[in-house]
Amino acid sequence: MDQRKCECGHTNPVGTLLCESCGKPLDIELVEQKEFPDMRYEGMARRSQTYTTRIVDRVWNTFSSVKIAIWIIVVILVASGLGTIFPQQQFIPVPVPTELDVERFYTDTYGVLGTIYYQLGMHNMYSSWWFVTLLVMLGTSLIICSLDRVIPLYKALNKPRLNQHKSFLKGQKLYAEAPKPADRSEQELLEQTAQALKKKGYYLFQTDRALLAEKGRFSRWGPYINHIGLILFLIGVLMRSLPGFHLDEYVWVREGETVPIPETPYYVKNVAYKTEYYTEEEMPQKLDLNGGAIAKSYQTDAILYLNRNADIPGAKPDLVEVKSGPIIVNHPMKHESIYLYQSGFQEMQLGALNFTLLDVKNGNKEIGPIKLDLYNPERDIQVAEGYKVRVLDYFPDFAMGKDGKPITQTNLPKNPMFAMEIVSERDAINEKVVYLEGSILTQKNDAQFGLKISMPDLIDITGLNVRTDKALPLVWVGSFIFMIGVVMGFFWQHRRIWIQFQDGNILIAGHTNKNWFGLRKEVEGMVQQTNLSVTLEDKSKV
Amino acid sequence: MPLYQVSDWLLDIAFILYVLSSVVFIVAMTGKNWAGRDPKQHEIKFGRIAYWMAVIGFIAQTGYVITRWIAGGHSPTSNMFEFMAFLDYCIILAYLIIYRIYKLTVIGAFVLPLGVIMLAYSYVFPKEITPLIPSLQSYWLHIHVTTAALGEGILAVGFAAGLMYLILTIPQKVATKSTRWLEIVLAVVLMLVGFIAMESTFARMDQKTVFEMTQPSTTPTGQASPQKVEYTLPAIVAPANSTIMKEGPMSPWFTAPEWMEGKDAARKLNTMIWSVISGVVLYGGLRLIFRKRLAAAIQPSLEGIDPDLVDEISYRAISIGYPVFTLGALIFAMIWAHEAWGRFWGWDPKEVWALIVWLFYSAYLHLRLSRGWIGAKSAWMSVIGFVIILITLVVVNLVIAGLHSYAGV
Ligand code: HEM
Repeated sequence: MDQRKCECGHTNPVGTLLCESCGKPLDIELVEQKEFPDMRYEGMARRSQTYTTRIVDRVWNTFSSVKIAIWIIVVILVASGLGTIFPQQQFIPVPVPTELDVERFYTDTYGVLGTIYYQLGMHNMYSSWWFVTLLVMLGTSLIICSLDRVIPLYKALNKPRLNQHKSFLKGQKLYAEAPKPADRSEQELLEQTAQALKKKGYYLFQTDRALLAEKGRFSRWGPYINHIGLILFLIGVLMRSLPGFHLDEYVWVREGETVPIPETPYYVKNVAYKTEYYTEEEMPQKLDLNGGAIAKSYQTDAILYLNRNADIPGAKPDLVEVKSGPIIVNHPMKHESIYLYQSGFQEMQLGALNFTLLDVKNGNKEIGPIKLDLYNPERDIQVAEGYKVRVLDYFPDFAMGKDGKPITQTNLPKNPMFAMEIVSERDAINEKVVYLEGSILTQKNDAQFGLKISMPDLIDITGLNVRTDKALPLVWVGSFIFMIGVVMGFFWQHRRIWIQFQDGNILIAGHTNKNWFGLRKEVEGMVQQTNLSVTLEDKSKV
Repeated sequence: MPLYQVSDWLLDIAFILYVLSSVVFIVAMTGKNWAGRDPKQHEIKFGRIAYWMAVIGFIAQTGYVITRWIAGGHSPTSNMFEFMAFLDYCIILAYLIIYRIYKLTVIGAFVLPLGVIMLAYSYVFPKEITPLIPSLQSYWLHIHVTTAALGEGILAVGFAAGLMYLILTIPQKVATKSTRWLEIVLAVVLMLVGFIAMESTFARMDQKTVFEMTQPSTTPTGQASPQKVEYTLPAIVAPANSTIMKEGPMSPWFTAPEWMEGKDAARKLNTMIWSVISGVVLYGGLRLIFRKRLAAAIQPSLEGIDPDLVDEISYRAISIGYPVFTLGALIFAMIWAHEAWGRFWGWDPKEVWALIVWLFYSAYLHLRLSRGWIGAKSAWMSVIGFVIILITLVVVNLVIAGLHSYAGV
């Protein structure tokens, strides 16, 4: 490696801009006012500024550039905005079973623009490959730019530069030079300025001819810490797409029913569901609700079970209760890494049909009740001694198919149709009846038996969203670290003030990473307090 | 007397004080050059009066927040009215803090009128205290919304200072791209003023236009009810699939496209059209009165102010507002979203726009800290940043219906 030797005798690593020992600019013959090396890393060698020829170097340099970083940020910003022009597929109002329906939805509702939106894949933009790539690029940039800068910064901060070459001081944005006041000695002046700066909270580094006052050095680590937080956060976000880290299932559970939660060894039981509304007394102010009501709570009392036989294929479930209690909006049920959220409900749904079996020819004598469970109908129902009803056919959501045969449109009992056979074992009578849309059709005109329809059982169905997000701790830790970094960087600034005597002159120079206004005021304050007559040049304004 | 009445009055008192304070601040700035006055003395004297009026107004508004909180049993941040009033509260708070640091009178001459506009805007929304619906019943509502509003309030001060910097420094002798854009920004501010003026005038005149939608809606208890849409402002655009039940002062010129979801979409569009029209009319009127660009008319009152100081204030406000906004609008929002919906991020439009605001200010910081964008460039960024915040608050809330939309105008 080619070493660079400074006139002071120190040998610097390749890429160094300001001599590590005396601070004299190495690269340029310092002509007055010529571009002074960036003080951010005090001229320490940075990989991205030193090696530029190989492909690796180019990639490295691209990602370590703040200009490129800003472009990535801006592109993500604009893309995010475009994604909100029309709703994303997850938010479109109607359930759409096929891709074709999705396309039709965008075309029908938003016209030509909607079609274009769909065809560009903007309806699922945030999970598209190019959007994810942008996020990955941001992460890469964050990592590389931190690596590129962290060692130079460490070197720059670790050794305070005290007795610097004159051209180093002259190169600072804040600089003043004046003849040393005759009434005081160098020692006195250093003592006075040191006192003034100490009061302002500066740490002092001194020799007999030079003073360096510094404060807020640790705040320079702020950006690195906040970027590390961001990197962790992004990793957390990207980890969600790995298998096993993220679970998002939805189950509808009837009151009294226990259902398995897909992809997990768990079962959940809906003990009871209820919606509560605010009463008038509970409202702080009388409102005109147009006959409506405002919901106060949606609540499912649930029990969570673990199936101990989950790992044995084909085994009967062996359920043990692991948790029970209410699931309320904003208050999910939590067990290990699994969360159950109250997220939907269907109230007053048909649960079972109720009938009374009548002996028509016997003066409508009641024989007994019949209950047809719509979700799980029994095949044979014993109505009374000697009387049986057998379910022949059941269509939960009845419709006539194209070929004239009855079909069911869904599994939900929206329009139940039953074909039944009433069997009287004593009289050896066998009659068929059909229940459809609230009426009973009998096979024969002078039937022996009839059915009286009574109030059906109504039940509530709850919709539970079951989620797991194993990367969540990383997301929170990342956010927390980000905040620490931002606070460190924003509420403190790194300020340095140099005072030296050379050739009978007093030299004052100042540098800060931000808030030049504040630094300038502090230096001015010091100059006033110590009665120096110097004028500050401020090159930060140009 | 019910407590909510007290809180309403306190807010009215705060509003009046903010208006008075704005007027006195403007007198403090414009009156400097009146004959027979020592400009410095004049500015200090009137500036002090205006500052104390703002302080008393702030105390009254604090009273409003507390009484309304007690009356409603929840923090006053649960609907559009409450949120805008709270945001206004935060703007004034941020102003008072910044004033204590820098003691620059003229900041008030920009921030207080902004405070008045925001508060007047909140008055446009239904004011009743409504009980919290289940999805809002979480202490994160209080934590998230108040912190987010505080962040936005502080960023608003950054905007006010940025705008001031531009008016102060952009040369007004010749027309340039900068002068033109500056006028556009002022015209947008006037649109908000025009909208508020129109809305409050017509609210008093009872000139409602009522439409009935051809599709009935279902109430939470399951009955079908005919759906009506009431316009306070005269109708330029009618909702799709509707018939007029009650004629307003004018008949609509056209019908909203059908894809504008929700029964209120067309009314919101109507409101926006009126805002643009009234803003343009106001702007034109002022141009006619002053016979020069508005920025050129304001510029002389700012004479003698150090632009560096204004630049510094704008940056300082943003560097304080940015972490607060991050915490409130993103981190707390994610925590709440996780508790409520089981995902900390779901690309809901409101979430996306909070992200956009945040990314924008991140870009601002990198440009300023690493690429040396200070002065005019940085001031423009602070103005654009606040415009994006306004878009999130106004357009996204009112036009794009997402999980977060509060009902309202
Ligand atoms: C959304 C993504 C990003 C956010 C939110 C962010 C945030 C920030 C913040 C708040 C600061 C100011 C910190 C302070 O002065 O205390 C900062 C500084 C900085 N950022 Fe980022 N950053 C992001 C991405 C990046 C990327 C991708 C790069 C890569 C080039 C980068 C490079 C820098 C640099 C070089 C600084 C200045 C450091 C210094 O002053 O020494 N940032 N960033």
